[in-house]
Amino acid sequence: MTEIKKRVPVREQDPMIRSTNFEEVCYGYNMEEAREEASRCLNCKKPCCVGECPVGIKIPQFIEKIKEGDVAAAAEIIAQDSSLPAVCGRVCPQESQCEGSCILGIKGEAVAIGKLERFVADYTLEHKRQLLTATPSNGKKVAIVGSGPSGLACATDLAKLGYDVTIFEVLHKAGGVLQYGIPEFRLPKEKVVEKEVENVRALGVKIETNVVVGRTVTIDHLMNEEGFKAVFIGSGAGLPKFMGIPGENLNGVFSANEFLTRSNLMHAYDGKSDTPVFVGKKVVVVGGGNVAMDAARTALRLGSQVTVVYRRTEKELPARVEEVHHAKQEGIVFKLLTNPVAILGNEKGWVRGIRCIRMELGAVDDSGRRRPVAVSGSEFDIETDVVIMSLGTSPNPLLASTTDGLDTSGNGCLVADEYGKTTRRGVFAGGDAVTGSATVILAMGAGRRAAAAIHEYLSK
Amino acid sequence: MYKIVGKEYLTPVICKMEVEAPRIAASAHPGQFLIVRAREEGERIPLTICDYDSEKGTVSIVTQVVGASSRRICHLNEGESFTDCVGPLGQPSEFVKWECEKFTRSRFLFVCGGVGAAPVYPQVKFLHSKGAAVDVIIGARSSELLIFEKEMASQCDNLYICTDDGSKGEKGLVTDVIDRLMAEGNHYDCSVAIGPMVMMKFVSLTMKRFGVPLTVSLNTIMVDGTGMCGACRVTVGGKSRFACVEGPEFDGYQVDYDEAMRRQTMYHEFEIEADHKCKIGLDE
Ligand SMILES: Cc1cc2nc3c(=O)[nH]c(=O)nc-3n(C[C@H](O)[C@H](O)[C@H](O)COP(=O)(O)OP(=O)(O)OC[C@H]3O[C@@H](n4cnc5c(N)ncnc54)[C@H](O)[C@@H]3O)c2cc1C
Ligand SMILES: Cc1cc2nc3c(=O)[nH]c(=O)nc-3n(C[C@H](O)[C@H](O)[C@H](O)COP(=O)(O)OP(=O)(O)OC[C@H]3O[C@@H](n4cnc5c(N)ncnc54)[C@H](O)[C@@H]3O)c2cc1C
Ligand code: SF4
Ligand code: SF4
Ligand code: FES
Repeated sequence: MTEIKKRVPVREQDPMIRSTNFEEVCYGYNMEEAREEASRCLNCKKPCCVGECPVGIKIPQFIEKIKEGDVAAAAEIIAQDSSLPAVCGRVCPQESQCEGSCILGIKGEAVAIGKLERFVADYTLEHKRQLLTATPSNGKKVAIVGSGPSGLACATDLAKLGYDVTIFEVLHKAGGVLQYGIPEFRLPKEKVVEKEVENVRALGVKIETNVVVGRTVTIDHLMNEEGFKAVFIGSGAGLPKFMGIPGENLNGVFSANEFLTRSNLMHAYDGKSDTPVFVGKKVVVVGGGNVAMDAARTALRLGSQVTVVYRRTEKELPARVEEVHHAKQEGIVFKLLTNPVAILGNEKGWVRGIRCIRMELGAVDDSGRRRPVAVSGSEFDIETDVVIMSLGTSPNPLLASTTDGLDTSGNGCLVADEYGKTTRRGVFAGGDAVTGSATVILAMGAGRRAAAAIHEYLSK
Repeated sequence: MYKIVGKEYLTPVICKMEVEAPRIAASAHPGQFLIVRAREEGERIPLTICDYDSEKGTVSIVTQVVGASSRRICHLNEGESFTDCVGPLGQPSEFVKWECEKFTRSRFLFVCGGVGAAPVYPQVKFLHSKGAAVDVIIGARSSELLIFEKEMASQCDNLYICTDDGSKGEKGLVTDVIDRLMAEGNHYDCSVAIGPMVMMKFVSLTMKRFGVPLTVSLNTIMVDGTGMCGACRVTVGGKSRFACVEGPEFDGYQVDYDEAMRRQTMYHEFEIEADHKCKIGLDE
């Protein structure tokens, strides 16, 4: 057997330079690089990669078209299964999904499926090709709560089937986490997110921003008074957790959500906006997920020295491998097997440091990972002016508490079956609101399955 | 959307606006607030819903200029529009859920400091319409900062005015008026204080001596106003709470005012700089 060709490297901004700006880190492939990388794909008869993509993108087929240089055809193949390819190509945890089971990965490097998908999507956006057009309306109204990936995916599929779809979004911009959470240097807003949202609008989907479902209007009102025949809830998991340790309300302690929202949604990073964001000279980020990496790398770009504190080891870091790699390249310090016990303040009530304790890995817990346990007497202090808490989020209780008959499980997640059917007739749900914080592509998959279920429900 | 259909300066630094927002007008209750953005680059600024007319589809807001963003809001003219306006946010006042008979058996004392008279007004109006007895104290630094005197007078039983400099009403602080009313033998079943954090703190210390239940409305720093960021967290009864979704009204005796005042100053340096730039920008 001939030796497997190496993956075509992707061009990136130099770490020293990019740590001072908010431009995108990864430049993506050009046509030549994409065709070369595509040529590595074996076009497997039974492609393992497809089974691991939550929306089942026809991976070998679209890659085949790239090989032929027919990007337009590749885009059409992807569009059959995904409405946000420029987003997923950038932010999917490919190493544990499609690429994780690519046959080439067994002996060498997997095909760069995500980067190829991104190439096709960017090419399509740049050449302003509109893949989908509005379908004649069947006159049936469906309401969607939340404009994150699950809501957008559900809206897309329903609009293609001819439904009259309105998305209600509480924030002033559509996109959910793609807009307020994931930073510009990883997912450009104007170039990518807003364009993909525009594509959904082009299908005839209406997006009403500044509407808090549960307060401005209730689900009952939408169904009983405004003629919506079904509702999909894709309200995400936006409620930030805090640790409950002393000093958490000192000035200079933020949730990652606040820090990222100020920077991304409110554009504090570009200096033109009225919204301030506070970064000290030194920042400690607590947590190890994608959100923690985004907060850390944002703080770095705003001029701080950043340390990430995480209670397990590098192996357990839940963030995407690429993000951890990028963060390290940019000079972020990782203090692993370390857990905060208190935040220390000065006489004015501002953060001056964080007291941590060393951890070691003990027995395996429910999550299948070894549980970290504190080493007694190992406390030490880290000097810092800002602490960003990134401990995960849970669904906002507002919708469940204002909608009769909508059940939640213990952790606040909406109860829904695999097709998104909730305990309330005509109301479907999916994405982070049902699963707790997960991924963009899982949320999209859930939105699509719910769209199919809503179609079936309304066709009866 | 969000067109300003009426604007009037109540004082040189406090302006009242009537804004087109039919969905909010149809669902607002006393005690709730909304969030506006004055322009595309604008901050999200929380303001109490002071009045709402579901037939006209408008809501009223009253803004005091304290910094750059409130200045921009007051500089919008009739006919212009807010970029965004979202609400109603927060929990309605607790009495919104009361049974009818309870109102006629209850006597309220409202204590407002400065622009706090604006958020108090819809509550007083609501209670008055339900038949409750309502007394109101409005305190301000001086007569130029007094607002809602006339409107309030028409909706309450007794209105007491006081100013720090004595330029109108009694000379003194709202807490002096509370002491006097209590000394005169007045009895209240509930009290509500809305105004600057420091004023609410002292009202709570005073009112506690008389054992009257007290509700306060906390004007914390906010970003989204929907429970997503935690910027608005306050310690109430030893627990961290999100003012935007669990409040803005809380039991006045449980709030850690000193922490809340400290947290309000979090962006002080940015604010001074922003206000300076804003004044230049607005050609003042
Ligand atoms: C900082 C950060 C980085 C991440 N990085 C990655 C990554 O690299 N890769 C990845 O795959 N995943 C990542 N994720 C996770 C991913 O973004 C989420 O799993 C995904 O966005 C969930 O989509 P959703 O549609 O369920 O909800 P969301 O994207 O959360 O959207 C929900 C929307 O509903 C709106 N809403 C909520 N309540 C109401 C209401 N009552 N009325 C009206 N609107 C409402 C919200 O404002 C929001 O816009 C990241 C998340 C964060 C926070
Ligand atoms: C639920 C709620 C309801 C409110 N209702 C009203 C209202 O009806 N009318 C009104 O005029 N204002 C109201 N406020 C306060 C208003 O939101 C602030 O005055 C405004 O955000 C200040 O913005 P700025 O940029 O102009 O001032 P900044 O430049 O941000 O601040 C200027 C000064 O005001 C202080 N400050 C900052 N934020 C607040 C705050 N939230 N409250 C008090 N002081 C603050 C700062 O410490 C600083 O000293 C309300 C706030 C909340 C949370
Ligand atoms: S959507 Fe995500 S998982 Fe599916 S092929 Fe694209 S990158 Fe892979
Ligand atoms: S498993 Fe790998 S090689 Fe096979 S089709 Fe998928 S991407 Fe191509
Ligand atoms: S303002 Fe963001 S959670 Fe309250």
